[in-house]
Amino acid sequence: MATEQEPRTGQATPAGMGRHVPNAGSAAAAEIEQARSTMLSDVKPRNRTRIGADALCEALLRQSVDTVFGYPGGVILPLYDVWGDYPGLRHVLVRHEQGAAHAADGYARASRKVGVCLGTSGPGATNLVTGIATAQLDSIPMVAITGNVPGALIGKDAFQEIDITGITLPMTKHNYLVRSADDIPRVIAEAFHVARTGRPGPVHVDITKDALTSETRADHPDTIDLPGFKPTFEGHPRQIRVAAEAIQAAKRPVILAGHGILLGDAMDELIAFAEKTQIPIAHTLLGIGAIDERHPLSYGYMGMHGWKHVNKAIQSADLLIALGMRFDDRVTGKVSTYAPRARIVHVDIDPSEIGKNVAVDVPIVGDVKRVLRALTPLMTLRAPEERAAYFAELAEWRSASEGVSWHGSGAWKDGLLSADYVVQRLGELTNHDATLVADVGQNQMWVARYAGFRRPDSHVSSGGLGTMGFALPAAMGAALGRPDKEAWAVAGDGGFQMVSQELMTCVADNIPVKIALMDNKKLGMIRQWQEIIYGGNYHSSTLPGPDWAKLCDAYGLPCFRARTPEEVDPAIRAAQAYDGPAMVWFETAETQNVLPMMPAGKGLSDLIETWEGEEA
Amino acid sequence: MAAMNDPLAAPVAAPIERYVPGTGQQHRHTIVVLVNDRPGVLNRVASLTRARNFNIESLAVGHTERPGISRMTITLRGDSFAVEQMAKQLYRLIDVLKVQDLPAEGVVEHELALIKVKATNHTRAEVLKVVELYKGRILDIGNDTVIVEHSGTEQEIDSLVALLGGFGIREMVRTGSVAMSRGSGVVDIEGILRSGTVPAVPTTIHPEEGNR
Repeated sequence: MATEQEPRTGQATPAGMGRHVPNAGSAAAAEIEQARSTMLSDVKPRNRTRIGADALCEALLRQSVDTVFGYPGGVILPLYDVWGDYPGLRHVLVRHEQGAAHAADGYARASRKVGVCLGTSGPGATNLVTGIATAQLDSIPMVAITGNVPGALIGKDAFQEIDITGITLPMTKHNYLVRSADDIPRVIAEAFHVARTGRPGPVHVDITKDALTSETRADHPDTIDLPGFKPTFEGHPRQIRVAAEAIQAAKRPVILAGHGILLGDAMDELIAFAEKTQIPIAHTLLGIGAIDERHPLSYGYMGMHGWKHVNKAIQSADLLIALGMRFDDRVTGKVSTYAPRARIVHVDIDPSEIGKNVAVDVPIVGDVKRVLRALTPLMTLRAPEERAAYFAELAEWRSASEGVSWHGSGAWKDGLLSADYVVQRLGELTNHDATLVADVGQNQMWVARYAGFRRPDSHVSSGGLGTMGFALPAAMGAALGRPDKEAWAVAGDGGFQMVSQELMTCVADNIPVKIALMDNKKLGMIRQWQEIIYGGNYHSSTLPGPDWAKLCDAYGLPCFRARTPEEVDPAIRAAQAYDGPAMVWFETAETQNVLPMMPAGKGLSDLIETWEGEEA
Repeated sequence: MAAMNDPLAAPVAAPIERYVPGTGQQHRHTIVVLVNDRPGVLNRVASLTRARNFNIESLAVGHTERPGISRMTITLRGDSFAVEQMAKQLYRLIDVLKVQDLPAEGVVEHELALIKVKATNHTRAEVLKVVELYKGRILDIGNDTVIVEHSGTEQEIDSLVALLGGFGIREMVRTGSVAMSRGSGVVDIEGILRSGTVPAVPTTIHPEEGNR
């Protein structure tokens, strides 16, 4: 989006006979003409006064921003023109704006800071949209900044103009159209406050070109006044007492730990509460990392591709304690048959999540960390022995379900490389301490099930939106957001081909992302659904890919290849040993399925655990 | 195993079919929403109700006693969960300051209608009589039409429209309901606006700690 077309108007107009302009002679018409010339002029404001673009850079620095992922274009150029004057701001030039948005997202998830991405108007802005939506569905704090055409041209279908705030309105926590340089300091401060406060989320700030280029003396605000944005942090004491009584009385309680535990930094409080009450913890996809999976009370991953024992525990529970999760359909399946005997205590900082998907018996609106801090002292200390029968049953279910659909030998069938084995070894060889960024599909479910997570923020995944192509750019962000941790993108060959251009960003900026390419030459999850649900009608799920070694060679990074279980460890180690971005090309079995699986529209008790017709 | 002392064997008073929010008995609700009077706010509210699949019957927007604050009156159908969910979703909008689900009783609720009715020399007297009976007003008399203005509850206007329908309605516009609770209780806009500021840069910002 870096080019502007040559002006088509204005040539060959007889002198003194200007082209007809609607409302000619009026102040508005003069302003529009002025804006048109601003848009095309190649302003180089050296030896300059402070302009809107400066105010923006200062505002970012005030919010401790150090890294911004972006892509230049016509109307955002004034910002790039001053960028060099702010050495504290690193700009990572991506190869597609979607990469910028995912990278800012991955940066935020790995570092717990607000991620920032940048694009120009029109296509630059629309290319950010998928990444902003991904952040919205997963409650990721992000500020997306776009340029727009000069204010007077808005609504004229100017070059690269689109109503981007209209587009992002339903998929952001809030958005702004800034038309005056004087508003930039206040808006940026508000945007960061809204993005990070309460339930986090993306905020989009669209700034007109003339706002970026106008002189401004506006100061950065010390305070923010948003009467319509006052999240509730403290849970209501009466509701907390009611919850405590329900928990005290429960015989088969299960904690459902969601992303809110991580977003709310409530890992310690979760464990303190669970240990005191001796209640097992199941987690959602984005709740991975809320508890070390080796903890005796960690029972595992729930939902559509979750462990059968976990879903069974939920279905037979008499009380669910939902903490910072939102009863997504991938978690509940058919709501009418979900946990039929359970009362539900639901703690969430966003009141709209309570009662949205399931009716709740004890709602508590509040920050999960503070609610747990208030709740735990009300609970009676329990010994594990008090729940001996319950725990024995859970343990039996667990060992039964962990023995099924697990190809721990490395060879799935006919010696073909098993994808779950690859993921398991990846977890082990990175000491379960790397940031593993999953893409979407089978690879994502294998990562969630078999990598083995111990550290908060070590698992990054596009849960709500399920955005294919997420892994590589998000891993770039994760690598820069947590430079002390190895960052691995685990992607299928399908999702990776959506964003493979970002390999060049990794090489050019020396972002040390390691890529585990799970190449089954298929859209694996599509193929699995076609096999199990669509009677083997395999349309458009076979996906020829490039010679990945040659592709890596062209981009200038090494590619290590593994086709058998024996080749897995050396390939991973070689990539780890390489100083810089590197790919491991795993050629995995082509028709392996992720099991168990809850077919869409079915309930948690309808899990398909084994599939006979695997040899399709 | 655990057949003897299986806690599940004990009688449990929980539903076997879990209630799915939004699928209960539908009623008409009137919601009052106070919003910042800024460009795009109506769009935000309209976009949200469409995206969240709420079934709006009418929406009226206008000024309040406080400059900068607008008041929307939304009528919609849904079960009590759906309406509560609508209110909570509205609160997610930063320009929404207050949402009130007005009770069915103790509320004044009116809408305004302009109705252009066919009225010839033969029927005009009869039309005027009906309008007078309903305490409506005649705003304009043409050769063969009159414009009737009427304000009242939705049912009152429905009933007038039904009667005038016999003469032939040529054109009609209705505003949608506006509503206010009876008695001295008021929505405290000033109180909401005085709810206090927060630091622009959190004190926790610190390169090592992060700023979430």
